[in-house]
Amino acid sequence: MTKRPALLTLALWLIPLAFLAYFFYQPLIAIFRVVFSERFSQGWEFFEWSQVSRPLSFTFFQATLSTLLTLLVGLPAAWLFAKFDFPGRKGLRSISLLPFILPTVVVAAAFNTLIGPQGWINQALMALFNLNAPPLKLLNSLPAILMAHVFYNTSIIIRIVSSSWSRLNPRLEHAARLLGATPWQAFTKVTLPLLAPSLLSASLLVFLFDFTSFGVVLMLGGPQFSTIEVEIYNQAMNRFNLPVAGLLSVIQLGITLLVTLLQNRVNTPRYGKAALNPEKSALSRPAKRWQKIFVFFMVICLILLFAVPVVSLITRSFVTLEADRGQRGEVEVGLTLRYYRELFQNRSRSIFYVPPIEAIRNSLLYSGVAILIAGLLGLLTAYALAQRARFNKLLEPLFMLPLGASAVTLGLGFLLIFNRPPWANSRFPLMIPIAHSLIALPFVVRTILPAIRSIPESLREASRTLGANPLQVLLKVDLPIVLRSLLVSLVFAFTISLGEFGATSFLSNPHAPTIPVAIYRYISQPGALNYGQALAMSSLLLLVCGLGSILIEKIRLPGEELF
Amino acid sequence: MLEVQNLTKDYENKPLLKGVSFEVGKGELVCLLGSSGSGKSTILRIIAGLEEPKSGTVLWEGRDLRDVPTHKRGFGLMFQDYALFPHKTVAQNIAFGLQMQGLKEEEISRRVKESLESIRMQSFADRPVTELSGGEQQRVALARALAPSPNLLMLDEPLGALDHTLRTQLIQELRAILHQSQIPVIYVTHDREEAFGLADRLVILHDGIILQQGSPMELFEQPSTPWVAEFLGLGNLVNGVVTQLKPLQIKLPFTELTLPGLPLELSEGQACQVLLRPEDALIAPTNSAGENYFECIVRDSLFMGEYFQLELLCSQTTLFARSETPAKVGSRLGVSWPADKIQVFPK
Repeated sequence: MTKRPALLTLALWLIPLAFLAYFFYQPLIAIFRVVFSERFSQGWEFFEWSQVSRPLSFTFFQATLSTLLTLLVGLPAAWLFAKFDFPGRKGLRSISLLPFILPTVVVAAAFNTLIGPQGWINQALMALFNLNAPPLKLLNSLPAILMAHVFYNTSIIIRIVSSSWSRLNPRLEHAARLLGATPWQAFTKVTLPLLAPSLLSASLLVFLFDFTSFGVVLMLGGPQFSTIEVEIYNQAMNRFNLPVAGLLSVIQLGITLLVTLLQNRVNTPRYGKAALNPEKSALSRPAKRWQKIFVFFMVICLILLFAVPVVSLITRSFVTLEADRGQRGEVEVGLTLRYYRELFQNRSRSIFYVPPIEAIRNSLLYSGVAILIAGLLGLLTAYALAQRARFNKLLEPLFMLPLGASAVTLGLGFLLIFNRPPWANSRFPLMIPIAHSLIALPFVVRTILPAIRSIPESLREASRTLGANPLQVLLKVDLPIVLRSLLVSLVFAFTISLGEFGATSFLSNPHAPTIPVAIYRYISQPGALNYGQALAMSSLLLLVCGLGSILIEKIRLPGEELF
Repeated sequence: MLEVQNLTKDYENKPLLKGVSFEVGKGELVCLLGSSGSGKSTILRIIAGLEEPKSGTVLWEGRDLRDVPTHKRGFGLMFQDYALFPHKTVAQNIAFGLQMQGLKEEEISRRVKESLESIRMQSFADRPVTELSGGEQQRVALARALAPSPNLLMLDEPLGALDHTLRTQLIQELRAILHQSQIPVIYVTHDREEAFGLADRLVILHDGIILQQGSPMELFEQPSTPWVAEFLGLGNLVNGVVTQLKPLQIKLPFTELTLPGLPLELSEGQACQVLLRPEDALIAPTNSAGENYFECIVRDSLFMGEYFQLELLCSQTTLFARSETPAKVGSRLGVSWPADKIQVFPK
């Protein structure tokens, strides 16, 4: 009997392991081979060290700066949510979690409608002062990248830090005050050291996201700002210099793994129950004047930060502000549904032009296949990990590695190995949903695993003594309990796949783009119609992801976290 | 030294404190006694400056503390859950208050050492506090609160989380340490044994007001209300009605008491409560006579070491009485209560 769990676990591992070996480790090894093989020596002839060092140093620079700025906004926000009760708290918290599920292209498009040449601010300034050209050149600048990163990652700081802050025993700070510490001393000597693990872990996570940021940098930073990810894309797709792209991928992978390991290390809770708040809620209404001012100011700031880009995107997609191509000078301003109607029409006669509706169809198809694969593999993997087998400790990191490899690295690897039939079939390139399922897999496993682990073994034993066979146990006991988390994880995987841009940008056929690829293509082309269509598609994607997150909130069990 | 005047405070829109006033004198150990949820801890938090009262003042040596922030009050508070800093060792916890005073390193380490000696935990200096037992944590928390020599020490149910044997032992220890330190102390508890064992003066809080204060003996002998009598567990409280004033006669459900003139304003037909202390009962054979003699049935007889505790059923009412001899369960028994030992509370 003792051998059975081991055997069963091995059987469960078989399919996920084979899948990962073929579709993740094979491409990864291919990247290494490209970097170190002779075959690509022609690529090395023109290699200069600055091709690596320049994007590397810029990536570190912008990631550090972005993380610091995010902390600057996120820490007061975390304090706000950890300590204060105020009208609209729940709503604001939901809004603050929205960026987490938004695809990068949507965020980039949203910031474009705010600060881009055709965005609200520039158009308003042009109308007010009768200017011929947009006065603010914020797009393609470092501040644009930083703003989008702060928008994106403040929610991570809020989520992680505010939850550990609200669980911190407030009496520890009170005890310090009674022992003569000023409020600032109590904060720095007691609260801050106790928050340090979660603060550090959240900061490293934010750093990791900023470090591997691709879509935002590509779409808001412009050609002069190249992070490692963007440079991998440039080298591979524009210069066809695969060895350099591969080298950058290897460096990137090494750094992300290092940061992830570090993050896991600092994340372990250190003081157990000793630092936990014995009471349920430590929330209080702001009582003192400075508290009221702080809460008011912070709420306004967060609404501005989170709602303005989203509102800007949606409103801009319904408004014409600029004349169409060829009609310069005749500006008509007004509400319109035209951008949405045009999604269904093929106007341009260019061979590269694809009607947006086809991009939508492609995306839905790919995502459908992707969640099937991710769901199946996720279930098997989660069940395997839930078994008490010794080798699980060895196998678990193998599965979490796809989380560490960036989507761009995955895209590059796929390009090297699977850019051939049947994987790159022009009518249905199977490699895209497979890549998406790999990206979603760790999230699926992390969502399902706690549900499986929550089923007490005695429940299964009880049903066996009542006459259920193993299949019946699975269907009648496990399934009803796991189903909820499985649904949550599938919805989550669906939104991930719909919005996936990094890997897809390498793999999508020019004639068959996905929604994010189409948005990227349209928004960088001139003309109000292209711009408007990009915004209309972004708004639709936003809507779907928003609905997805509401659905997740509705069906997930309370207390489950999506990290 | 400390004067608390007319404190009021609401909790979840209901009045919790309805005007609480009391004083703590130099070197005095005052026990604030009340049932849980009566607002005892809130009073401490207001004195500490962690919460603001709705109205009322806290004075220290005549000075209003309203605008003095917590860290400048120089009051120590030992929390119910000790609130030891989990990221610091035992010695670092005790040193914290001394560091905040800006003392020199040598001075700090000397005083931490003394402090550890006083709680007999010298060898624990470098242990993380998360590894200590409940009793050890309690001692470290006390040492931490005492180390900076606070002007006033407040203890919030310091023995609440500990088991009974450890409590009795620690009460003795606490008494010794607190009396030695000469610091005025406010000790909050809901446990009357703890309060009687420690207090110079008891302050009884009920329903948002101070019902009574005085030395343990005063409270024991002259509880001001039936609630105090019952809370202190002083004895049997029986409802009655005044039937005659001179001599005073009170009708109880099972007998009629005759009492000498009491300094109370009573009128005929007034409802009242009568306190019959078990230790004052005189057990007599049936069909005898005596002051306020009546008969009842023995329901239970418990051996308590120095006496027997009898549970008596007198018509529908249950009374407790002490007896030097056991009584047979189910038998009839005569009891009498001397009139001068009976206390009457008018309603």
